[in-house]
Amino acid sequence: MTTPTFHASDLTKTYRAGEVEVQALRGVTLDLYAGEFVVLLGASGSGKSTLLNILGGLDVPTSGEVWYRDHRLHGAGERELTQYRREHVGFVFQFYNLIPSLTAHENVALVTEIADDPMPVAAALASVGLEERCDHFPAQLSGGEQQRVAIARAIAKRPDVLLCDEPTGALDAATGVRVLAALEKVNRDYGTTTLVITHNADIARLAHRVLRMADGRIVGETRNEVRATAAELSW
Amino acid sequence: MLGRKLGRDLWRLRLSLFAVAMVGAVGVANLVMARATLESLRESREEFYGRYRFADVFAEVERAPEALARRIAHIDGVAAVDTRVLAAGRAELAGFGEPIRVMAVSLGEPDSANLNAVYLREGRLPAPGERRAAVLSDGFAQAHHLRVGSEVTLVLHGRRQRFTVMGIGTSPEHVAQMDPSAVFPDARRFAVAWLPRETLAAATDLDGAFNSVAITLQPGASEAAVLAALDRVLRRYGGRGAIGREYQRSHRYLSEELRQLDTMARTFPVVFLAVSAFILQVVLGRLVASQREQIGTLKAFGYGTWRIAAHYTGLALATGGMAALFGVAGGMLLGARMADLYREFYRLPWIDFHLSSSLLGIAVLVSLAGAVAGAALPAISAARLAPAEAMRAEAPSSRWVRRAGRRKRLPLGQSHRFILRNLQRRPIRSALTWLGLASGTAIIMMGRFQNDAIELMIDQQFRRTERHDIAVDAVQARGRAAQRELERLTGVLQVEPVRVLPAKVSFRAADYRTAVRVLDDGAQLRRTLDSDGRPIAAPLRGVLLTDYLARMIGAQPGDEILIDPLDARTPPVGLPLVGTTSEPFGAQAYVNAETFDAVFERSLQDAGWLLAVDRRRQPAVLRALDRRPYVAGIDQRGLAIRNFKDGMANTILTFTLIATSFGIVITLGVVYSAARVSLSEQSRDLASLRILGFTRSEVSYLLVGELVLLALAAVPLGFAAGHGLAALLTAGFDSDLFRIPHYIILRTHAFAGAVSLACALACGLGLRRRVDRLDLVAVLKARE
Ligand SMILES: Nc1ncnc2c1ncn2[C@@H]1O[C@H](COP(=O)(O)OP(=O)(O)OP(=O)(O)O)[C@@H](O)[C@H]1O
Ligand SMILES: [Mg+2]
Repeated sequence: MTTPTFHASDLTKTYRAGEVEVQALRGVTLDLYAGEFVVLLGASGSGKSTLLNILGGLDVPTSGEVWYRDHRLHGAGERELTQYRREHVGFVFQFYNLIPSLTAHENVALVTEIADDPMPVAAALASVGLEERCDHFPAQLSGGEQQRVAIARAIAKRPDVLLCDEPTGALDAATGVRVLAALEKVNRDYGTTTLVITHNADIARLAHRVLRMADGRIVGETRNEVRATAAELSW
Repeated sequence: MLGRKLGRDLWRLRLSLFAVAMVGAVGVANLVMARATLESLRESREEFYGRYRFADVFAEVERAPEALARRIAHIDGVAAVDTRVLAAGRAELAGFGEPIRVMAVSLGEPDSANLNAVYLREGRLPAPGERRAAVLSDGFAQAHHLRVGSEVTLVLHGRRQRFTVMGIGTSPEHVAQMDPSAVFPDARRFAVAWLPRETLAAATDLDGAFNSVAITLQPGASEAAVLAALDRVLRRYGGRGAIGREYQRSHRYLSEELRQLDTMARTFPVVFLAVSAFILQVVLGRLVASQREQIGTLKAFGYGTWRIAAHYTGLALATGGMAALFGVAGGMLLGARMADLYREFYRLPWIDFHLSSSLLGIAVLVSLAGAVAGAALPAISAARLAPAEAMRAEAPSSRWVRRAGRRKRLPLGQSHRFILRNLQRRPIRSALTWLGLASGTAIIMMGRFQNDAIELMIDQQFRRTERHDIAVDAVQARGRAAQRELERLTGVLQVEPVRVLPAKVSFRAADYRTAVRVLDDGAQLRRTLDSDGRPIAAPLRGVLLTDYLARMIGAQPGDEILIDPLDARTPPVGLPLVGTTSEPFGAQAYVNAETFDAVFERSLQDAGWLLAVDRRRQPAVLRALDRRPYVAGIDQRGLAIRNFKDGMANTILTFTLIATSFGIVITLGVVYSAARVSLSEQSRDLASLRILGFTRSEVSYLLVGELVLLALAAVPLGFAAGHGLAALLTAGFDSDLFRIPHYIILRTHAFAGAVSLACALACGLGLRRRVDRLDLVAVLKARE
């Protein structure tokens, strides 16, 4: 196989809150490859978000190495990490994190303005099926629609990787399916390496590869020979 | 439990509340400073007047026999009578070449009522028989470092005599120690000299006679009746019209000063306290919004509406209390400094600077009331929340969303749109911040406005109206010969006579006691100017009045003005008001010389002269004037201007510093609390943007941009408010003594604007640290 997009080895992360030390990651080693759709499963508190945040340059590991292509993310400074996020990463979070005072269009434009080679805002919204709603404010959109705007915002800059932390966590089933379909389409159309955290094992059927975490370690890996489409999911 | 919550909220908001408290403190400080100074000055003055027997009525007369005192004492309502000898003259001090004017006043004889008694700071009164002993006014003695035992030469009625300084002091009559013709005290060039009566009487040929009388009234006596009776008694002896205290020069100046202080005490604190209430409203408003859920929970648990409202009012009271504490302390410090400044101009023997308990009460009450007013809206809105509604997050106003959605898309970057939308989303808060910032700018403008206005006054009075180089007073009014003699002195380019007739100017029921200046056609050295600064000649048939005087007596051009000379020899004459003159100092009437002679059927003699002098020959001219026996006082205009500026410089600097720092406190207080509120509201958005790859600077720009935009928008409003305050002050300061013009130069605008913007920027950048510390991961864990 080709060189991995992400390469992490022996990652640990220890949070210190006063006297108490919490080991969120206890030696994670993993590779993610270009164009892969990977789902990360695991119990609450197993360290999924911690890992995703380190891969996304929002946090740094306590020890171990993590590389994005030839970018060294461990021990990188604030400035380099910001630059890395800006150029390469698209994020989607459970609570959307849209700017309430900007319309859907403007929320997306916010990112395209600082990107090197963005897609047109309208195209990004169209790819999540929201071109009609571009002049609406977040408060005027449903949760699922807001999450699709968040996806449009994440993909509009044509990121190399898309990191999604429980993107359907706050949504009902039908809405979740539409959101997942949007993610799947992005992965397919643009070849964006996609990592999705979820508590829903069913969603794992969409993935090329499924990783399982427990207690700060990766404890299992399965490969789906046949991927389901979002429409086929039932949950 | 709510008590503990109050403590936590106070601690959490400590910096914002401190900022609010500081703005309030500035208002309280202002109030305390002005009122404590006012009260202290007023009380010290009253005490001095009482203990040193300040007279109620004064009259000057050419020469009255001493025996007349008995008749005056018998006038109904008169309590005590003191006759004096007054003489204007000059002083000479070794090593000081400039002309010094002196007002010589006879000391009370042992058996006299001793009104307007001298308070001695140093030394003693001359003993009987010490004929060459003098007591000098303390301002002058201090300015020249004179002590008991120093020597001074006095030139009175052309006689040059040496005196030994026996004492240094002041009297209720000379709290403002200034020459009658001056517009400003000049301690270096004016002295009051109290001399033994025999010495002074001998020098002025007034043995067994007097030329001034001071009277105290019995309680309940009618001042007007006494004035009229006194005028009748003195008429035959060349009486110049008796006056009550309110026309006594020193008293007038001090009263005017106190009135201005009163105006200040009423104007500024209101502005500051209003601004501080505004900001408190913003800060607490935000607190309530962020605690909706807590409030709902508390109410659900059964805490009553009043308990909740009282809780937020408690925050306000704590803030108001802090404002009162700092404000009273700061006000006392500043007030003591003000009192020091006043000591230089108003030579009260003591100024007992203190804080009265009623003022303390008012200060505390006012700051608490301001704070509670600021907290009222947020507290009410918190208390009124229904528990269920409160526990839901605050929905963005649907009206705002609808309106914002309809708005056309401006060609702006999203960052600027983000800034604008945040401002629009909270229109009331944005407006309050805007107003607050504008008041900061306005206050800073006030600090420099005085300076600008005084520069203009100097220009109007000393460059455009008065254009002589040297002014000379005559010992006694003289005929034309003296003028011709002065014209022949080498170096003298031009001489114009000064002719003034003290008179009552009246229109209908209103009258005003002033002087009629008689002007020759084409007079150049003292001009009358209209409101546009163009020369306007005294008309052939009619009278010109200072515009302030015309307004004061309610006369319009065309109205017949009655001029009633105070000397009682000349009958009153009516003349039509032809025009008004604009001048910053004094209020008087102008009549053309020919007209005067015709209607009054007499000519005035020259009371003095204005000289234009070749600058290089000025010292020689001064020496020549010194030798003329008919020359009483000499004034150099250049020195008068310099003195005026020097005298004001210290005061102005102090006021500028105080106002500027007050303005800066307001601006910083407003910006800081607005910025903290914005930051706490937007931290989630800002962190989201950081996650998306916005740099720290880009995110800071959003926050700082909002502040700077508000500050920029506040600048024009600040200018308008500054002009409003200036108008208020000039109106409040307007008096017949002087008018402060409403005049603010461009540089002052620029300075005020720049300082406000710099404060906004500095404060914004100060918050950058907090932007840098935004916790990116934390915002992902929680819904808003
Ligand atoms: N800032 C922090 N300070 C202290 N401990 C933390 C912090 N962030 C995370 N942890 C701890 O690290 C561990 C891993 O947290 P993480 O958020 O990665 O779990 P997760 O797998 O994403 O869980 P969930 O599925 O509930 O989101 C947890 O035990 C958590 O309590
Ligand atoms: Mg998680």
